Amino acid sequence: MSQPESALADAQAGGRAPESLAALAARHGLRRAIARPSMPAYLRQLWDRRHFILTYATSRNVSKYSESALGQLWQVLTPLLNAAVYWLMFGVILAQAKHIAHYPAFLVTGVMVFTFTQRTVTGGAKSISSNLSLIRALHFPRAALPLAYTIQELQLLGWSMAVLVVLILVMGLPVTMLWLLVPVALLMQFLFNMGMALFMARVGAFARDINQLLPFILRTWLYASGVFYAISDRTKDLHSVLRWALEFNPAAAYIEFMRDLLIYERFPERWAWTTCIFWAVFALIVGFWYFWRAEERYGRG
Amino acid sequence: MAELTKELSQVALEDQTVGTPTVIVDDLHIVYKVYGSTSESQKGSAANALMRLVRRQGRPEMKEVHAVKGVTFVAHHGEAIGIIGRNGSGKSTLLRAIAGLLPPHKGAVYTNGQPSLLGVNAALMKELTGERNIVLGCYAMGMSPAEVRERYDEIVDFSGIGEFVQFPMSTYSSGMGARLRFAISSAKTHDVLLIDEALATGDRDFKRKSQERIMQMREAAGTVFLVAHNLDVIEETCNRVIWLHKGKIKMEGDPQEVLDAYNKA
Repeated sequence: MSQPESALADAQAGGRAPESLAALAARHGLRRAIARPSMPAYLRQLWDRRHFILTYATSRNVSKYSESALGQLWQVLTPLLNAAVYWLMFGVILAQAKHIAHYPAFLVTGVMVFTFTQRTVTGGAKSISSNLSLIRALHFPRAALPLAYTIQELQLLGWSMAVLVVLILVMGLPVTMLWLLVPVALLMQFLFNMGMALFMARVGAFARDINQLLPFILRTWLYASGVFYAISDRTKDLHSVLRWALEFNPAAAYIEFMRDLLIYERFPERWAWTTCIFWAVFALIVGFWYFWRAEERYGRG
Repeated sequence: MAELTKELSQVALEDQTVGTPTVIVDDLHIVYKVYGSTSESQKGSAANALMRLVRRQGRPEMKEVHAVKGVTFVAHHGEAIGIIGRNGSGKSTLLRAIAGLLPPHKGAVYTNGQPSLLGVNAALMKELTGERNIVLGCYAMGMSPAEVRERYDEIVDFSGIGEFVQFPMSTYSSGMGARLRFAISSAKTHDVLLIDEALATGDRDFKRKSQERIMQMREAAGTVFLVAHNLDVIEETCNRVIWLHKGKIKMEGDPQEVLDAYNKA
């Protein structure tokens, strides 16, 4: 501070002790710029930003396919092509179709439900790290970003569900009262995904390498979640702890729940409800709390 | 005794010339941590990355950049403060610190309300139409739907892009893009507004319009900070200039005096 070039600053500032500036600030009600808001205040800020979150999610979906010739049609084509590839692999070549009734509907339900969670996790992990310029320019609760990515995937899922419903009708499966529970199933999964996106957003913000690792983790999860096969068929001979772990897997639980409603025409069992609700509440609370704890550190350093 | 008179004169100055303090920067130090940007050869190759893992070094060497070294000043209501200095003198860092986007290493920044950087650019998407971007940008700055509807026409008018508002921003010329961005980000009233080189773009007509807009904001709201390399803009817009040199205040005061000294240096 004693270098000549700062002499003037010293002359202007040094005369008054730092306490007097702090006191001046206090007298005029000025506050320090950096502080993490309390949880209720944070939730309120997020609620105030709901229009931004929704618009940001929609805008990302619109801009995503704007370069391609078929445009928004890809929102329907992508899940269809995905299901077709899996049907070729598992239905035809590995002949699962013989063991499982209504295999195309069984498979497409699994693929779509799992894809919703998978894409949310991938997007959530990038939601902070790929939006640093936005974070460094504007003030908003950072949780808006992972939440917007989750809503973006929910909008995509809407298209997939439409495809799925058409497929189920074409296959001659009946429309039942149980379909009314589909939004409930989606809500539970949506809450779970929100929690996962928030959790992964913080992980991805500080450990960039996770984006390289994530595809492998997610593929393992995919194969363990009974997307292509019925878990109950495969786990008969397994140790009960392992079987329990496989069935407690949130992705498997949400997939089975949806299959109960759409294909098996049965009201989900109590343990299915318990698992689905548990994961939704647990993931949301832990994810939100974990994300909020680092709120003031995103986009810095 | 000298301290007391200084304090008193400071208070008197506050009362007579301008309003209450809006931003107080108190002996602010900002230290950046830069990871691994030391040299490309250290970071780049897989062999080096592997060696780091083997040696249990989490990251390549961390470098600290002391960008702001003890800056102190008080900004008041109704002031437009220009910040000048060479490249790397810490101007943009200082703005980000005032905006609360960088944590102080030492010292503190006290503010009234939430200072905002005039920089909605990052929220906009070039594949989308100007129309959608206006709505998105306004929401990103925290406006309500009613405010967006109210301001929409004004933003289109001010930007002067006319019917291009229906086309994707990727089809705009750079001047049109810059105009729309400035129109969007200046649509909101801010208590403390921080502008980083926003006026360098656009034609002369637009430059005049944007300067008028800054004057309005100054009158309406509070304090404007302006970083620019274009000294004319500073001279015409600001009533006070801070000259930063290597992270410290080298000179501060009347625009004419400071700019003269700056030009001689």
